[in-house]
Amino acid sequence: MTITEKILAVHSGREEIMPGDLINAKVDLILANDITAPIAISEFKKIGAKNVFDKNRIVLVPDHFAPQKDIKAAEQCKMLREFSKEYQLSLYFEVGRMGIEHALLPEEGLVVPGDLIIGADSHTCTYGALGAFSTGVGSTDVAVAMATGECWFKVPESIKCIYYGRLNKWVGGKDLILYTIGDIGVDGALYRAMEFEGETIRTLPMYGRLTMCNMAIEAGGKNGIIVPDEITESYVKERAKRPYAFYTSDNSAQYVKIREYDCSKIPLTVSCPHLPSNVRPAAELFEIYIDQVVVGSCTNGRLEDLREAAMIIKGRKVNPHVRMIVIPATQKIYRQAMKEGLLDIFIEAEAVVSTPTCGPCLGGHMGILAKGERAIATTNRNFVGRMGHPESEVYLSNPAVAAASAVLGRIGIPEELGL
Amino acid sequence: MIFRGLVWRFGNDINTDAIIPARYLNTSDPEELAKHVMENMDKDFPRKVKTGDIIVAGKNFGCGSSREHAPVAIKAAGIQAVIAKSFARIFYRNAFNIGLPIFESSEASEKIKEKDEIEIDADNGIIKNLTTGEEYKAHPIPSFMQELIAAGGLVEWTKKKLET
Repeated sequence: MTITEKILAVHSGREEIMPGDLINAKVDLILANDITAPIAISEFKKIGAKNVFDKNRIVLVPDHFAPQKDIKAAEQCKMLREFSKEYQLSLYFEVGRMGIEHALLPEEGLVVPGDLIIGADSHTCTYGALGAFSTGVGSTDVAVAMATGECWFKVPESIKCIYYGRLNKWVGGKDLILYTIGDIGVDGALYRAMEFEGETIRTLPMYGRLTMCNMAIEAGGKNGIIVPDEITESYVKERAKRPYAFYTSDNSAQYVKIREYDCSKIPLTVSCPHLPSNVRPAAELFEIYIDQVVVGSCTNGRLEDLREAAMIIKGRKVNPHVRMIVIPATQKIYRQAMKEGLLDIFIEAEAVVSTPTCGPCLGGHMGILAKGERAIATTNRNFVGRMGHPESEVYLSNPAVAAASAVLGRIGIPEELGL
Repeated sequence: MIFRGLVWRFGNDINTDAIIPARYLNTSDPEELAKHVMENMDKDFPRKVKTGDIIVAGKNFGCGSSREHAPVAIKAAGIQAVIAKSFARIFYRNAFNIGLPIFESSEASEKIKEKDEIEIDADNGIIKNLTTGEEYKAHPIPSFMQELIAAGGLVEWTKKKLET
């Protein structure tokens, strides 16, 4: 069996499991945010359950339109707060303690290897980086799971993506996943588990793994997953709030598709409008002028991402025609970035630093594009109108390319700055 | 169940930001959401769409975010069913969970044109094109999904389960 199949089997009380099987499984953790929880809460009330299945396993995070951007958003956030009080949920994260959910939960040790996690947010697949089965569902699924602690699944077939060879300078998890999505397409892993492995993955730091699993959904994947190893162990051992279990894929595990990638041939990669699969080497896009740069999001708002951007921008200025917005993904990241002097570097370069929020990634607030404007962002989607006006454009990249572009005023690479 | 209506055509990879842009997600009121359905694709669509219409699209319909607001907006706009070559998986779950009937059919997705009048026989998985006289096969709805639909959606189904 694959690691995905093993985790699903254990959580549905079965020894063997096959792709295509329909199972009802116990979930270890349920997540919802200020956009999806309000529907989940009203559906939960309709069910008529007397209580939630476990007040310590439901995480509510107002992060999308928080700090509350307008009255309607404030009303939605209020629903989360009141529901959490009513049912005494221990894992409600108020503004000031919250962060972008998919950066926050691994950081807090709330998601651990071997878990089965569902979240009413498509990027819930991020936690596969820890060797957990983790997938996005809708609000109604969350409502039911809050009442029963269970969720139904169709066991997915698995695709294996094998990465070998040395990464080029400044190339990281973001480039690997964009390149992979470019190869297999936005529905290349539709309904399937994406398992990432190979020598390059074995040495890829946790933040790069989180970025890769985060974007499995952009290939249509049900989950992204990496078999846990020493890197996983060293990440979780001081964080884990619950016991955890490492699962591996058997040598005899079945895969419907296997793709191999020679990382020495993967360049700094950019996704052009309006699909994540529309990838080009960054070095072929030097004529693309930009109005805005965003470094942040659940994909690339972690401390290491900020360090990478700071390395590029240090001692330089953001191009006068460009606005650069840096969004540390959690309060801890924000604070650490402050201690390390990263925030100072950004501000000195004339970028703005925002409080944690999903904000502009989904066109919510804190950096919306006007008609005809163009951004390069470390976010995850570049659909029509994703960051604002339907006639604006989003290019996706890693933090180093985004920062270099901020200096150059057009899409560019660190090498052009002598880095 | 039989669904009969006029068709609106959309292409491949219609994502949830196209179906309902995130800038309107500060509410979950179905009527409000319906006012902006498909607005990023065609800003006049919310005014042009009529109750009983059917959407026919290409592959990977509903890709992107997990927002249940997407099928909710489609349903509240009066669209009675969506046919596509394939659906993104979270959208697929959400559609059934909120009671929006959806059908996978490569043939129908390729051949049906905008403004065609079609009839979907949900029980037998047959789609008739009343404009051209053609007939297409759709994937039958899996049995466990039929149970959910018969119960009136996931919430009703769970309610019954909790009562017993």
